[in-house]
Amino acid sequence: MTRYSAFSILTNALRGNRDWTPAWRKAEPKAGYDVIIVGGGGHGLATAYYLASVHGVTNVAVVEKGYLGSGNIGRNTTIVRSNYRLPANSDFYEKSMQLWRGLSHELNYNVMFSPRGVLNLAHTPGQMDTYAERGNQMRLNGIGAELLDRDQVARLNPGLDVNGSARFPVVGGLLQPEAGNARHDAVAWGYARGADKLGVDILENTEVTGFLKEGGKIVGVQTRRNGEQADIRAQKVGVAVAGSTGRVMKLAGVDRLPIESTVLQAFVSESIKPIIPTVTTFGAGHLYVSQSDKGGLVFGGNIDYYNSYASRGNLPVWEEVTSELVAMFPNFARLRLLRSWGGIMDMSMDGSPIITTGPVDGMFLNAGWCYGGFKATPASGWCFAHTIAQDKPHDLNAAFTLDRFKDGRPIDELGAGPTPWYH
Amino acid sequence: MRITCPWCGERDHQEFTYRGDAAAKRPAMSDESIEAHQAYVYDRENPDGAHRELWNHTGGCRKHLVVTRNTLTHQITLCEPIGPWAKRLKAAAK
Repeated sequence: MTRYSAFSILTNALRGNRDWTPAWRKAEPKAGYDVIIVGGGGHGLATAYYLASVHGVTNVAVVEKGYLGSGNIGRNTTIVRSNYRLPANSDFYEKSMQLWRGLSHELNYNVMFSPRGVLNLAHTPGQMDTYAERGNQMRLNGIGAELLDRDQVARLNPGLDVNGSARFPVVGGLLQPEAGNARHDAVAWGYARGADKLGVDILENTEVTGFLKEGGKIVGVQTRRNGEQADIRAQKVGVAVAGSTGRVMKLAGVDRLPIESTVLQAFVSESIKPIIPTVTTFGAGHLYVSQSDKGGLVFGGNIDYYNSYASRGNLPVWEEVTSELVAMFPNFARLRLLRSWGGIMDMSMDGSPIITTGPVDGMFLNAGWCYGGFKATPASGWCFAHTIAQDKPHDLNAAFTLDRFKDGRPIDELGAGPTPWYH
Repeated sequence: MRITCPWCGERDHQEFTYRGDAAAKRPAMSDESIEAHQAYVYDRENPDGAHRELWNHTGGCRKHLVVTRNTLTHQITLCEPIGPWAKRLKAAAK
């Protein structure tokens, strides 16, 4: 496989770009594997990559229903951050930040990680106090954070309305300077190429229709591929299917989980010249916006708060999100939206993820990402690979078990209680 | 989405507050099994299809109702009154 470099670009250009090879093979399924990962999205591919690269488990298949990266990895608003308060989340997401920093070099694939900063706006003095507390918490955990006053926010974000007469005037903000964005598709492609290179079979257009069970233990998956049924055996099966967790786990006989699926909408505007230097969030509602390298404003807000498996939402969220955007940046009022879309979120009962052994023997579950799964992609794969290879969680994901709900140890960053539609 | 409140008639869903899965039933307080209470508080069926769920008409009569809605299409097929008011509504209908 070609190693990408300035030299390879130059030599291929001189040869008319005829010699590029596909980034990953079109693999045919074998009869059995050591590990099967269900779900060829960011988390599944990252898991396969780290299984092969860190744990030396290369007899691995990633089974994907559609084409590679066709789910939430290609639908998110690409934000990468670790501004959490609770230690379990803080340690886990900071591990992810560490992996993000070296990811392009490690994968030899440009994931366009851009640590441009994530700025959370504060609109009341009380909110500034909360941000000061959160910033201190982050610093105690070794994560950079800066509390900005109104003038510093205005200098950082010249297009922002910081006028005192605004409905929700900006009084300051909390900046995580090392947070930012990455190119979401490139993350999936980079991990796929990296895993493929180490021998992992990536089976696209292969839908899991059931699980093979022997004596209560999962020993493989039933699949439908090109209209044909085929069983693929495996010693271990990892499930990382995000919004489809409920559906896929029912196939394994797990009817109830501390997860509800909802729809999250995202939006992109027409391209304009660079105007927002950071990822910026509105503090008086819920809106996050950044500008893509093409110039489009990529933004989103709250989930449509009822259960949903429909990859489309309703108009009230459009109204809420766009009005918040215009409240922050009045000059965006005349921009047109290019696209909007909805993705299905696996909202957990405490707003924190689940990376665990079980809940069935022979199976491992990676789910409950709510709508923050993208930033977690590297650490999620890293921890899930460890959990699968070692049959027990790493310290970083030891708290993210299913048992935590029974044991009274939920990781509820927001303090919203068991109401997944509020997380 | 539009929800037909049994008391107020058809209204935009923004007038309502979502209150979650209607299937969750609190175990008796004498039930000391942790599993039963954990299942009530946390475990959900999360179906793709018909889902019975609680909504409160917060922007209207403030009464609860059970809505049967398809989570794949958002189509609402049934809006049922619940609670003590439901009996009065049924009695008034007769």
